[in-house]
Amino acid sequence: MSAQKQISEDRLDAIREQAARTGIVQDNGIVPSSSPFPKPALESSYHGNPVLKPPTWTWQVPLYFFVGGVAGVSTLIALVAHVVGNAGLERTELWVGFAGALLSAPLLIADLGRPARFLNMLRVFKLRSVMSVGAWTLSGFSSAVGLAFVCHEIILAGYGNEFLLLLEWVAEVFAALSGLILASYTSVLLGVTAIPVWSENRKLVPAIFLTGAMGSAAAILEFFGFLVPVTQSIGIVASTFEIVLAIFIEARGRYVDRPLREGAVGWLTRAGSVLAGPTSLLLRGFWGHTPGLRYAAASCFVAGALIARFAWIAAGRVSSRDPQALFEIQRRDRNVTPAA
Amino acid sequence: MAVSAFLTDATVCIGCKACEVACKEWNHIPADGFNFTGKSYDNTDSLGHSTWRHVMFLEQPAALGPQITGTEDPFRWLFLSDVCKHCGNAGCLEACPTGAIVRTEVGSVFVQPDVCNGCGYCVVSCPFGVVDKNHEVGTAFKCTFCYDRQREGLMPACAKACPTRSIRFGELDEMREHGLARVEELQRRGYSDARIYDPKDTSVGGTHAMFVILGEPEAYNFPPAPEVPTIHLKSAWTAALISALVVVLVVCLAFVL
Repeated sequence: MSAQKQISEDRLDAIREQAARTGIVQDNGIVPSSSPFPKPALESSYHGNPVLKPPTWTWQVPLYFFVGGVAGVSTLIALVAHVVGNAGLERTELWVGFAGALLSAPLLIADLGRPARFLNMLRVFKLRSVMSVGAWTLSGFSSAVGLAFVCHEIILAGYGNEFLLLLEWVAEVFAALSGLILASYTSVLLGVTAIPVWSENRKLVPAIFLTGAMGSAAAILEFFGFLVPVTQSIGIVASTFEIVLAIFIEARGRYVDRPLREGAVGWLTRAGSVLAGPTSLLLRGFWGHTPGLRYAAASCFVAGALIARFAWIAAGRVSSRDPQALFEIQRRDRNVTPAA
Repeated sequence: MAVSAFLTDATVCIGCKACEVACKEWNHIPADGFNFTGKSYDNTDSLGHSTWRHVMFLEQPAALGPQITGTEDPFRWLFLSDVCKHCGNAGCLEACPTGAIVRTEVGSVFVQPDVCNGCGYCVVSCPFGVVDKNHEVGTAFKCTFCYDRQREGLMPACAKACPTRSIRFGELDEMREHGLARVEELQRRGYSDARIYDPKDTSVGGTHAMFVILGEPEAYNFPPAPEVPTIHLKSAWTAALISALVVVLVVCLAFVL
């Protein structure tokens, strides 16, 4: 724009007209576009502010989601291994389950604003609070897997008797059942919130989290040297599920799922899916008989599943900032027409 | 004690922020510092762990009832003091795993500061984005509905400090009646977009903090149809159960085949 515009009454009128029409005058080097000049607008939200608060959870929580999931499914594999008489696999999975339980509690407690008050979680039991169900599940699971682990080691050391054997069975069954709840409640925890991307995917997140937990439990067995058909089969199924679930999210293309497809978090989600899905599957399918590449396939799956947990929490953070995602769902559910 | 409620009226609010100040002073809430948001005269921005009353400033190209502004285009400047809604069915209360969040005898939702362990689940369970975690203290905070004052028969600090009676306080039924009467009166006087915000027909089941507003609730960041997240418990757990059964099946087949 020319700085030497003819100053006249017409020009002043033009400036006034432009200001009245657009609420802003940008000329002669004055660019107030980012300035906080009031500009009346029938906005569809309050100054674009988020309606919801973002999740406050720190990095320990997604890591706990992963560790708890692996520990939970590992005890299921231990039980099935016990039933079919695969002693080596059973022992390793009890170790993994026990180690996971030992790791889970500190991770969960570290995230609390007042860690010393963790035991307040156990002063009530609320079926309607998924967090309460989770705290009790973790406590029950840890006790059961610890008992099963101790019984198993005592029996292996040659001090076994019939009572210990029975106790081990009971503990293993209880650990496997509570382990499945432990691996899945974290997804219900996300689904039953006000955060749009979590709430709208409440039927999908359980499948994603359990697939990740199952594949990772098998992958960790492979790290311990179990390059057997059992882990290979579970790995192939888990990777296939990962691919199907990822394609489903992409193909659905919903507005509410944008945090899973767009921006840094979208790419993080995709990276997790690509690692655990096609990358792991290809390595397994074509080079599964080569130990080195089998380890690589297992590593890819574990990395992908771990990334997915972090990505889901991050997607919730992004989703909480978007008032339109929330409004859109509520208008749809209530058949309310949008604001004019 | 009677079940009490707030009725906050946008049409008589003058944006003085006396409620914010009274709330902070009475409840000893820490200051937030000075943040220039550029959002009209609102530098408070939103409710939070240290903000339990928040005066909103809305600038809209719409007529304020029959009033004549003298501008070429219609224009109105609205104010409204936002607060915790104290829901009939509260998402935060249902989510709390420690029992720290309780329903009081006056019908309000109260966070017991000595029980809360700061798990943060109420924060993501509030459909209005009210309850918030203070990371220094480590626990969750929100409006107490001046439970301490109400127990002594006093009205909440914000309602007492309000110079225009924009914040009314009284028995729930009385306030609801008063709100409806007020909306009717406003509409009769030409404020055709006056309405009451009190989501009674959703799972939230009405609130103990209702609002008389002009225009769409979305403009005030009020969700048009807020729901308690726990209505989704059944569908989410069912999906988890089905997924878990598939996992059991896959693991068993992997061993058998």
